[in-house]
Amino acid sequence: MSQPVFAPWEVPEAEPLIRFESVSKTFGEFTAIDALSLDIFEREFFALLGPSGCGKTTMMRILAGFEAPTSGRILLDGQDIAPVPPNKRAVNMMFQSYALFPHLSVWDNIAFGLRREGMARDLLAARVDEMLRLTRLEKFARRKPHQISGGQKQRVALARSLAKAPKLLLLDEPLGALDKKLRQETQFELMDIQEKTGTTFVIVTHDQEEAMTVASRVAVMDEGKLIQVDTPDRIYEAPNSVYVADFIGNVNIIQCVVSPDDEDSRVRLEWGDGRTPLWAQGEFGAGRRLSLAIRPEKIQVSRRKPDGVANAVYGEIVDIAYLGNISTFHVRLRDGKMLKAQIANTRRISRRSFSWEDHVWLSWSDTAGILLER
Amino acid sequence: MYRRLLIAVPYLWLLLLFLVPFGIVLKISLSDLALARPPYLPQIDVSKGWEGFANFLSGLDFENYVWLTGDDLYWKAYLSSLRIAAISTVLTLLVGYPLAYGMARAPREWQPTLVMLVILPFWTSFLIRVYAWIGILSTEGYLNQFLMSVGIIDIPLKILNTNTAVYIGIVYTYLPFMVLPIYAALERLDGSLLEAAEDLGSSRAGAFWLITWPLSRPGVVAGCFLVFIPVIGEFVIPSLLGGSGTLMIGKVLWEEFFSNRDWPVASAVAIVLLLILVIPIVLFQRNEDRAREAER
Repeated sequence: MSQPVFAPWEVPEAEPLIRFESVSKTFGEFTAIDALSLDIFEREFFALLGPSGCGKTTMMRILAGFEAPTSGRILLDGQDIAPVPPNKRAVNMMFQSYALFPHLSVWDNIAFGLRREGMARDLLAARVDEMLRLTRLEKFARRKPHQISGGQKQRVALARSLAKAPKLLLLDEPLGALDKKLRQETQFELMDIQEKTGTTFVIVTHDQEEAMTVASRVAVMDEGKLIQVDTPDRIYEAPNSVYVADFIGNVNIIQCVVSPDDEDSRVRLEWGDGRTPLWAQGEFGAGRRLSLAIRPEKIQVSRRKPDGVANAVYGEIVDIAYLGNISTFHVRLRDGKMLKAQIANTRRISRRSFSWEDHVWLSWSDTAGILLER
Repeated sequence: MYRRLLIAVPYLWLLLLFLVPFGIVLKISLSDLALARPPYLPQIDVSKGWEGFANFLSGLDFENYVWLTGDDLYWKAYLSSLRIAAISTVLTLLVGYPLAYGMARAPREWQPTLVMLVILPFWTSFLIRVYAWIGILSTEGYLNQFLMSVGIIDIPLKILNTNTAVYIGIVYTYLPFMVLPIYAALERLDGSLLEAAEDLGSSRAGAFWLITWPLSRPGVVAGCFLVFIPVIGEFVIPSLLGGSGTLMIGKVLWEEFFSNRDWPVASAVAIVLLLILVIPIVLFQRNEDRAREAER
């Protein structure tokens, strides 16, 4: 029995938890957020992804109430949140620096928000203990923040921001300060906790792997604009622009022009004098300038020219990036154009079939690449 | 070897400039007043060797300390000094905290200038600055002239030669010692802590009392001790700005030394003052240690 797919953004009548209505934010001359509209739904794990300075942190601070939008409206559960000060919003934030109160114990840090609500003493203790259990911190309740490790601090910060059971939890680069291994573990922990509590999470990150791992949907941002908002697999497989394709993962970008003789749902692409034309899926008028984006793992490497493939080019291996599980081959075509191809290392390295300066054929099907207009 | 030498430097410093003078003062405080030069007895007669030293030791007694308990001038002066020191510490804190807070919240590029302005008075002699207050506070001084010309008062206020003038002088002089440690504590405060407190539902004022105040407390305690400890023994400010009613132990000490030329009693006064000061100094040290530990 298959689980129903969680995709409220595809339901036209679904009410979003958060709605941005052409929100802009300017700091003097600088536009941090540019007429941005966006819906985020309940129980979503939504990732804002982009390079530093793209406006993702500003968006989060607007949601938390630390900044006010210059224009536009933000609705939380259908209510305009502009007049609600940060301490009255049903929104909590986990800070990048964790911002744990150094003079309070772990227990008191978690209880801080509940105390401000004036929660009864026994209820409060029960709630704090529940949070400690959820984040596996029971043993550290009496410690001060400077007496625990980075990973534990991160969990205290999470527990503290979840304690008030907010409608929306904002996470600002929550794993940025952890080392890679711990970060990967914590990503799954975060997803687990998000599922258990049913809270809507909005995470800000510049780490595309992290965004892809945890999020139900990813918004790729650049210069205050949303470039693409989609599920991680759509973002990866069907980027809407060279920017997104290039930002997420590794990609080969080939500039090309649509040639007149096309077939059904397939176009022939000229990509330089003397090169064999390429084939790709898509319907575009002749003469259009496009970018063909192909992921390196979708390119096959072989010694002999394979039969029956749509696209095959010949070149020389100039570089091999060995990453253990995979190897990336940098192949120079005859006229100097470089392409990357990735192969899973299913064999031991001593039995690797290709080496430096080997001449190989790179091939891919006509569905492997995607044609991008911008 | 090199490290030991390095450690020896501060110890040598302490020995020469603190312990030896302290020993001398302690010795004088156990001696008797005499019409001699120096004006006390006994002296060590080095020519008689051991016997001279024994004679010297047998000549020492606690007479002067007993004398201190006999005259209520002394304990009243101690108590009054403690009271004046406590009140002026509180006043300095009330003026200094908002000042330090404002400095710490000022734009980054302004802060070095503001710190500079706080330290600036030290460029002028302390004595001259206190004299300047005489010109401001006296009956014909600038303050009274101003208040009368504006029409707030008809008869000049009598401020100079009262305790009020002493408090003004102390708060003015010791303000940097209060402001700087508090500023240092506040300046280190991570702004995201206040945002976190607000995010978790506390108001701006609540965030101040729950976060800013407790985190600046080591600075406050340090500032208070830095004011309280030297003010107890303060002599210049009460003698220049205070009146006959201002009783402080520093003044008593000065009078015993220079007016009465009673070095032994003056030394005894000084030793008792030191014993009183040991308590706040130890507390101060403990505060510093705790602050350092919290930082780790």
